Amino acid sequence: MSTPNKVVKSSGRPGRALAILALILVGLGATSFITDATTVRLGLDLRGGTSVTLQPRASTAGNEVTSEAIDQAVEIIRQRVNSLGVAESEVTSQGSGTNRQIVISVPGENGRRVVDLVGQTAELRFRQVLASGLGIPASADTSTAATPVAGVSEAVNQAFANLDCTSAESLQGTGSDDPASAITACSKDGGTKYILAPAEVLGRQISKASAGIDTQAGSAWSVSLTFNGEGTSAFGALTARVTSLPEPTNQVAIVLDGIVQSSPRITEAIPSGTAQITGSFTQVEAQDLANVLKYGALPLAFDRGEVQQVSPTLGSEQLDAGLLAGALGLILVTIYSFFYYRGLGVVVTGSLAVAALMIYLLVLVLGEAIGFTLTLAGIAGIIVAVGITADSFVVYFERIRDEIREGRSLRSAVESGWIKARHTILVADAVSIIAAALLYFFAVGGVQGFAFTLGLTTLVDLLVVFIFTKPLMTIMARLRFFNSGHRFSGVSDKSSGVSRPTASVEA
Amino acid sequence: MSSIKGLGGRLYSGETSFNIVGNAKRWYALSALFTIISIGALAFQGLHLGIEFKGGSAYTFTSTTATVEQARTAVEGAGISSELIVQKVGDTKIRVQTGSLTNAQSDAVESVIVSTFGVSAESIDTQIIGPSWGKEITKKALYGLFAFLIVIMLFLAMTFEPKMAIAAIVAVVHDVFITVGIYALVGFDVTPATVIGFLTILGYSLYDTVVVFDKVRENTRSITSTSKQTYTQATNFAVNQTLVRSVNTSIIALIPVGSILFVGAGLLGAGTLKDLSLALFIGMIVGAYSSIFIAPPVLAQLREKEPAMIALAKRVHARGGAAVAAVTTSASVQTTDSSVGQRRGPRNQPKRKGRK
Repeated sequence: MSTPNKVVKSSGRPGRALAILALILVGLGATSFITDATTVRLGLDLRGGTSVTLQPRASTAGNEVTSEAIDQAVEIIRQRVNSLGVAESEVTSQGSGTNRQIVISVPGENGRRVVDLVGQTAELRFRQVLASGLGIPASADTSTAATPVAGVSEAVNQAFANLDCTSAESLQGTGSDDPASAITACSKDGGTKYILAPAEVLGRQISKASAGIDTQAGSAWSVSLTFNGEGTSAFGALTARVTSLPEPTNQVAIVLDGIVQSSPRITEAIPSGTAQITGSFTQVEAQDLANVLKYGALPLAFDRGEVQQVSPTLGSEQLDAGLLAGALGLILVTIYSFFYYRGLGVVVTGSLAVAALMIYLLVLVLGEAIGFTLTLAGIAGIIVAVGITADSFVVYFERIRDEIREGRSLRSAVESGWIKARHTILVADAVSIIAAALLYFFAVGGVQGFAFTLGLTTLVDLLVVFIFTKPLMTIMARLRFFNSGHRFSGVSDKSSGVSRPTASVEA
Repeated sequence: MSSIKGLGGRLYSGETSFNIVGNAKRWYALSALFTIISIGALAFQGLHLGIEFKGGSAYTFTSTTATVEQARTAVEGAGISSELIVQKVGDTKIRVQTGSLTNAQSDAVESVIVSTFGVSAESIDTQIIGPSWGKEITKKALYGLFAFLIVIMLFLAMTFEPKMAIAAIVAVVHDVFITVGIYALVGFDVTPATVIGFLTILGYSLYDTVVVFDKVRENTRSITSTSKQTYTQATNFAVNQTLVRSVNTSIIALIPVGSILFVGAGLLGAGTLKDLSLALFIGMIVGAYSSIFIAPPVLAQLREKEPAMIALAKRVHARGGAAVAAVTTSASVQTTDSSVGQRRGPRNQPKRKGRK
């Protein structure tokens, strides 16, 4: 509670509060202009698109859902989605700690591909290379004769000949990756294509992988691998068999998602279960490869929690409906406040207009700054908060009337009513903000947007009541229309239920 | 209008007073009845859970010619008949809802819709929910509920008084219970948006209660030194003084929610807007009721058990009981605490200074 001194001071300076408000609005406007945030970022449910929510679970008894594993999974899925080349796709995790979901959002009509892509939980595999060539179709490749490789089917040979690793599609990693049969595949950079034998060592048979500087061979980056028991014997057998074979069949390809990550040449049989891959790695390449080996397969299995595809038509319908509901709500609240509070309705309308402008600018700025997108639930949150905003005015106005009933003049009622209303408004808005914060934290999927805008709007409400509504009331209280108790002012004796022996004539 | 405004003034001064806190037993009985009905509805009918909770798929497509029967026949032709619900949404849309499907089955439903009604696969709005998804959402919603209750209780205990926190939480639990009961009774679909609506009610109901309690606190601040009113009477006075405010805040909050409900249910047919606003609409009405009829009486009962308040009640009784009794005619004037002098009629609330 402030001292009486402060009240007098604040009541004397309504202009200063309004100037601060103007400064905030201009600041927000300038920020959105400078950052070029001129349009509201709409969520997928308002512009069409597909979102998939994945719920992580441990794929085997040994691997637990850890926060790191989820981060890793997000990274791998992001790479997969980005390879599709759809602009503005997003892969994020939602929630906290190990209790998180992964949300993949793809705008437009390309969503179905994404669903198919992320649906597969790929696994890292080691396959012997049977043949390799430049990553372009045989018809365009004049340097090597397309000699069919013995031991694999005609179809595979044909597919190998036609494979074009320079096309984006070949690098999506959606190709068949049946561990029991021979496949064709491209290298990660698209420069080389391969025919690969059935898988002999699997990613889960690797127990450890790390990148490091090989001190013996100068200071080149290399990747060290350790296999588990099963992996040691399988890898030992594979290396023993291929090491004496001619190029390129002495290479072992490390395949993830149908894409060859690396195809090191096997220089000796490795029965020990620890191997080292050397080459002209940069630090980043070595670490990437180590990560692939360690986490190559998604570190977790995923249950597909929710798949939602919204067509652009439905999106625009929902946007229209949301805007219509908002406009309707605002108009009705305005009508009600004019009806009930008469002249004070101007204050309500003005405050709502200022709040609306501020929220619009904030949505623009936050869209640019933290990638906030407005969803249908978010619009609902803003509209619901209109009620909360207007409630603050009701609390204040009723307090002013209470003070008038106590026999105060309007000018003094505006000040003393404010001190009492302020506490109520602060506590009530604090409850709203706590509720919004908890909702945000515990929300699943799209409804998080609701909690966010509800909290945001409540904050804006607080700001507007303090630096717009209150100063405006102070100024209005000086106007004759209000302080003479005009019957349409909303603060007349009759409105307040005060009966005075003579009409109030305070000037 | 002027009559209501006049009422506001009379309520504030105490000229007109509804004995709300004194009739607590009546409101408790009413709420108990509703609660029993809610429990009954939950036990026997249960909640009508949306596919988000039980797993399943929904496909919505636009076709001016397709009928519900055609769509049902087509989808059944694709070998899907378990939990199949086909509805018309709005004028031109058909919604096909199924139980949990495998990916292949899901593709089959889509392709049969594409081939039968000549729409493109991209224009079908689909929603596919895995079977385990519901547990996850339910778990989160429950965590949210408990976290909310605890945090709010602490907050109110710090801002107001511990007993106000308890009374407010009682009112909130009451609201959620009855709202959920109404859902079970009527059979509205419960979706994640509904759950968020329920959780939002918690905040909203408290907002209303806070406005009332703020006035209660103001009225009872120096109550023991003046010895004019018992705690119950002071509380009832506060409820009356804030009655117009409570009604107004509730109406103003309901207007936008009603707009969303109107647009969401009327124009879009189904979805987030409808689910969210329906839960809010029902919950806000229940919340407005409880902030006036449940929270203040509970608070008064809790406080009247304190020795200081019992002593106060005795003093008030000794001081004004007889004089007041002569004036009282209303039969409804009773307070819950039988040890207190009950004879304080609504017209005998102390007059405010400054009034004439």
